[in-house]
Amino acid sequence: MTVIQDKQAEAKKNIEAQGTRVLVCAGTGCVACGALEIIDELKAKGVNVSTIQSQKMTVVTTGCHGFCEQGVMILIPDLGINYVKVQKEDVDDIIESLRTGKPVERLLYVDPKTNEKIEKREEINFYKKQKRTSLINVGQINAEELNDAIAFRGYEALEKVLNKMTPDEVVKEVTDSGLRGRGGGGFPTGKKWMFTRAAQGDKKYVICNADEGDPGAFMDGSLMEGDPHRLLEGMAIAAYAVGSDEAYIYVRAEYPLSIRRLKIAIKQAEEAGLLGKNILGKGFNFEIHIKEGAGAFVCGEETALIASIEGERGMPRPKPPFPANKGLFGKPTLINNVETYANVPGILLNGSGWFASFGTGTSKGTKTFALTGDINNTGLIEVPMGTTLREIVFDIGGGLRGGKKFKAAQIGGPSGGCLTEEHLDLPLDYENLCNAGAMVGSGGLVIMSEDTCIVEIARFFASFTQRESCGKCVPCREGTKQILNILERFVAGKGEMKDLDTLEELAIAVKDGSLCGLGKTAPNPVLSTLKYFRDEYIAHIRDKRCPAGVCTAMKKIVITDKCIGCTKCARTCPVNAISGNVKEQHTIDQTKCIKCEACIGVCPVKAIVKE
Amino acid sequence: MSTQSPSKVDFAKVDEIIQSCGAKKSNVIAILQKVQATFRYLPEDALTYIGTKIEGLSPATVYGIATFYNQFSLNPKGKYEIKVCDGTACHVRGSMPLLNALKAKLNLKDGKFTTDDMLFSVDIVSCLGACGLSPVIVVNGKVHPKMTTDALNTVIDVLLQKERGE
Ligand SMILES: Cc1cc2nc3c(=O)[nH]c(=O)nc-3n(C[C@H](O)[C@H](O)[C@H](O)COP(=O)(O)O)c2cc1C
Ligand code: FES
Repeated sequence: MTVIQDKQAEAKKNIEAQGTRVLVCAGTGCVACGALEIIDELKAKGVNVSTIQSQKMTVVTTGCHGFCEQGVMILIPDLGINYVKVQKEDVDDIIESLRTGKPVERLLYVDPKTNEKIEKREEINFYKKQKRTSLINVGQINAEELNDAIAFRGYEALEKVLNKMTPDEVVKEVTDSGLRGRGGGGFPTGKKWMFTRAAQGDKKYVICNADEGDPGAFMDGSLMEGDPHRLLEGMAIAAYAVGSDEAYIYVRAEYPLSIRRLKIAIKQAEEAGLLGKNILGKGFNFEIHIKEGAGAFVCGEETALIASIEGERGMPRPKPPFPANKGLFGKPTLINNVETYANVPGILLNGSGWFASFGTGTSKGTKTFALTGDINNTGLIEVPMGTTLREIVFDIGGGLRGGKKFKAAQIGGPSGGCLTEEHLDLPLDYENLCNAGAMVGSGGLVIMSEDTCIVEIARFFASFTQRESCGKCVPCREGTKQILNILERFVAGKGEMKDLDTLEELAIAVKDGSLCGLGKTAPNPVLSTLKYFRDEYIAHIRDKRCPAGVCTAMKKIVITDKCIGCTKCARTCPVNAISGNVKEQHTIDQTKCIKCEACIGVCPVKAIVKE
Repeated sequence: MSTQSPSKVDFAKVDEIIQSCGAKKSNVIAILQKVQATFRYLPEDALTYIGTKIEGLSPATVYGIATFYNQFSLNPKGKYEIKVCDGTACHVRGSMPLLNALKAKLNLKDGKFTTDDMLFSVDIVSCLGACGLSPVIVVNGKVHPKMTTDALNTVIDVLLQKERGE
């Protein structure tokens, strides 16, 4: 038996000894919903490698189960039971169900379409069409236990590589798999490894880009929180392939939990001889450091990220030279995204053919998306490349909230573009998205209904990129400012028709003239919304009207005669803009109203409307 | 936690932080993060001090780094730091009306982000990784999911009550 086989056998025994495993999601979302309190309560009541009436059970703190909307989620694989929306008060009933094997009915997922209660997770629509490969262990294991990772085949690929493969063979396997960078650009990973391997130099670095700057995306964070060892293993394999002995993971500061879990994982792996000197006795040395970012979108760009690790302002540097030849501290450097590395162990374990069996002609494997916005089932998903938007929105996502109409999907964050109804049946892959004026990007997928104002969203992204422009090159610094100015005039109802042409010209100039990817892609949201939603721009400019009823300047909130005078709205209004006597119709002082819509939400008879 | 007066900086503490991170240029971001965690903002004197203490840096470069990254604040923060997420997911589900209501409630006008009594400060951040539960706010590290104006008012009221009670 090899070292890992040995460890794996023991780890599996340990897991068996735990008895019935109760997997409680402790991703960022579920923690916010009280997951930690539930875990404490379960442990306090004996579900802690202890025996309740001759039955062994253990509570396992796991990473994100994906279905954030239904948090806190609990899975009990042995019994095939899946609980949703669990609260601390439910713990007693859950323990009882563990004993009897009979599920707690009220904690089962209810299919909103059929009203049927569903016991098994894999029968829930949200999970049915997914294929988890990089996320395979996320939600299944305790992210803070090396034992769990090993039992679920962690470090098996690394051992195989060190035992049986030359670096060139590893590069070839990754090349054959067709894996492309998951950080946005989609550059073939095998090729990048080959360049870095071929680069001359006694010292080489490996970097993991865990900056996840796209606001509205949390796949990389969930991966690090839920299965940090997979990332470390992927990086170690990469280091072996390119000939490096030292790495950095650059994590955005907004992810304290990821940072904590990674630190724990690194320490455990070092102690077990899976990182550090002479790994698995094969003479391969590799150490990993963590660098915290400090909140700058541009630092996700690889050359800016390198500058930031060196302790500089995170400004991009012109390419070439590419990091593969001259990167961190001037040395050849391999830089890949979290998800890219997380795909590596699977490829080496199951073969490039297995990986390439998912996806489309040019885009192989699976892709994670953060599914958010006006959709019923928000959460973290992983699907084969080439899955259509319709499958994601309507099958996995369960359609739009409140039965609203689908309007658009923003994909790829501030660098991406929007997709519309006409794209619903488009297989999502690198080429198709690029042709549609969008991009896979990191995988943020925000679904918008008829209630979302497209012009305002364009303004939102423009304000983000303008704020985040590092200021080094003029087209980006000045151009994004001008773009934002124009869009701000539009949403304020002060636009003119000639601004539309100026906007388009500016967008193209910034796209063509900027130094780095930030500026080159910043105009994408503007260009794609102009292409698909020009009418809505014109409504704002010519008719001074916001069709979605979002833009504050063109919006008025009024109380209709349905009002029963319950005074609830007046008490809720944060600026005391509502007045009226009890049991009489109330009115809103428009000079005071800040249009926060709080009143609309509390009115029991829906008497308050947007005009 | 005591409220730090902006003018006095305990350099011994800054020294300690520099030592713990390692007095190297490539550690400057980590050092600034720890200084901010200690003082709850970056006092200008501390920046100057770090700039003179570490080789390869100057007060101007440290200042440049501190102003480049969003995470750093050169102004003192309130006792309760409220972060309103305005990432895409939260934005689409109404983070801006939430922010407006919060600013109105705390009487923060004209670009002010900290209350006069130094109790609350409000920041806008981009995505906290809880997008599935948007809109999200964070108060001193605790994430509050699926916020509404109503719930927000309650959160603030509870904190105010606690302050008055103490
Ligand atoms: C403005 C900008 C922001 C970026 N942000 C990220 C990011 O947050 N995460 C990431 O992995 N890549 C990001 N990238 C892409 C990186 O520059 C780089 O291509 C990537 O890390 C390479 O890894 P991959 O080949 O595995 O995708 C960004 C690029 C640009 C231009
Ligand atoms: S967009 Fe607000 S948490 Fe991600």
